[in-house]
Amino acid sequence: MEKNILKEANEVDNKTATKIEIEASSFNFFYGAKQALYNINIKIPEKSITAFIGPSGCGKSTLLRSINRMNDIVIGSRVEGKMLLNEQDIYAKSVDVVALRRRVGMVFQKSTPFPKSIFENVAYGVKINGLAKSRKHLQEIVEQALKQGALWDEVKDRLNDSAMALSGGQQQRLCIARTLAVMPEVILMDEPCSALDPIATEKIEQLIAELREKYTVIIVTHNMQQATRVSDYTGFFLLGKLIEFDETEKIFTRPKEKKTEDYITGRFG
Amino acid sequence: MRKFIDKLVFGLCSLSTVLVLGILFLILIYILLNGITSVNLDFFTQLPKPVGEEGGGMANAILGSAIMVVIATIISVPVSLAAAIYLAEFGRGKIAVITRFMVDVLAGVPSIVIGIFIYTIVVLPMQRFSAIAGALALAMIMVPTLVRATEEAIRLVPQTVKEAGLALGAPYWRVIIEIVLVSAHKAIISGILLAIARVAGETAPLLFTALGNRFFVKVLDRPIASLPVQIYTYAVSPYDDWHRQAWAATFLLVMFVLLINLSVRYVTRNKSS
Repeated sequence: MEKNILKEANEVDNKTATKIEIEASSFNFFYGAKQALYNINIKIPEKSITAFIGPSGCGKSTLLRSINRMNDIVIGSRVEGKMLLNEQDIYAKSVDVVALRRRVGMVFQKSTPFPKSIFENVAYGVKINGLAKSRKHLQEIVEQALKQGALWDEVKDRLNDSAMALSGGQQQRLCIARTLAVMPEVILMDEPCSALDPIATEKIEQLIAELREKYTVIIVTHNMQQATRVSDYTGFFLLGKLIEFDETEKIFTRPKEKKTEDYITGRFG
Repeated sequence: MRKFIDKLVFGLCSLSTVLVLGILFLILIYILLNGITSVNLDFFTQLPKPVGEEGGGMANAILGSAIMVVIATIISVPVSLAAAIYLAEFGRGKIAVITRFMVDVLAGVPSIVIGIFIYTIVVLPMQRFSAIAGALALAMIMVPTLVRATEEAIRLVPQTVKEAGLALGAPYWRVIIEIVLVSAHKAIISGILLAIARVAGETAPLLFTALGNRFFVKVLDRPIASLPVQIYTYAVSPYDDWHRQAWAATFLLVMFVLLINLSVRYVTRNKSS
């Protein structure tokens, strides 16, 4: 309660003091002739967890994938407007997409371990980007990443086993560790828990909550309770438009827009 | 009444299965009985003896087949891999549609036609039959099968695994080679093995390109012996001894195909976790 009062009082101050990591400005996205995102304007603060919520097909995944330009591989995709990462437009002609993707990591809905050993999975991004100075340094990075991913204790004795032998929840934590190993600034998560059982989900949510100290996290989720559990800020999307973006607490207790209220009370889904 | 129809259909299916398997077994056993007695050490190590003399072997034919198949594989695999990657990754434009169509057409071309084609563009300019021409003909037969199998294998790799590689900041070509191909490697290797098995027994194209030889060949620009052609030559001859050796060679070929299929089974086995 005290936290709430303080937050309200400092609201204006906080908003201007918090550094903005990602900013979309008049951002439009097209799949060929079909427009998927309409005039998105959003400011994501750094070192926080933001949730994108909304019904299926509302564009939240499209926006997420625009932040690391993963949509580039879709034929016919087109972008208008600006997407700024630390005040640099990532769609500028001079931008190296490969380097961008090292700074903006992504975890997918279905866990995607590579057909390699657990160690090699985590080491892959590190090796590709030349981040390790020596074999020993590489081992340290892998261990650190697995610890951050809450997987170290379970796999430390079998790092050379195939990653495909892990359970679904373990594989997803491996994917998170793999992303953390390249030390990104931003981590994008596209419904990371939707394919997992509740216990695995809980473990991963705990892990995500710890990430806010060092990383800017954006998580797309269908599960509104998950958004309230995990995120600091929430953006509600509908039919390609951003309806409302605010602190999670406000969105779920005192939303400004009627459509937001309708969605979170389950009037439509 | 329904029960009767059920039983009838089941009975007919079983009968067909028995028939087909029976014929297959008959062929295999016939080859086995005729061939196994003639497969001895001589067969593997000796050259054919002059007409009329007993004995001799098919060492040169075995070696010749091996050489041409290996060269054909070395030629066809990279080409097919590249084409398959192109079709699987960028396979939406007009060029891709045409390529796929051409591959399908080439797959249906009779192997003797391919032999004549290589005869025209390789043997005639070179003014001689050669092992390299034979290998080229075999490679042309392998390519369509390989392209189809490899494209299929690559398509089976989930899109998200590829995206996960890209998301780590890996350049596209590294994702293809280190992640996609590695994921698909079992299926690709099976495809290669089966293409080899298919092509090891091709006779017609070799008649126009490698021709045949009664001796060992150490260079690639001379005619070379091969197992299928040798079988043909010996089988239509009037000599019993040659017939015997032809059976042995047939048996060897069949065993080779069996070995390849077992290898495919081994490669694609599900490793228990």
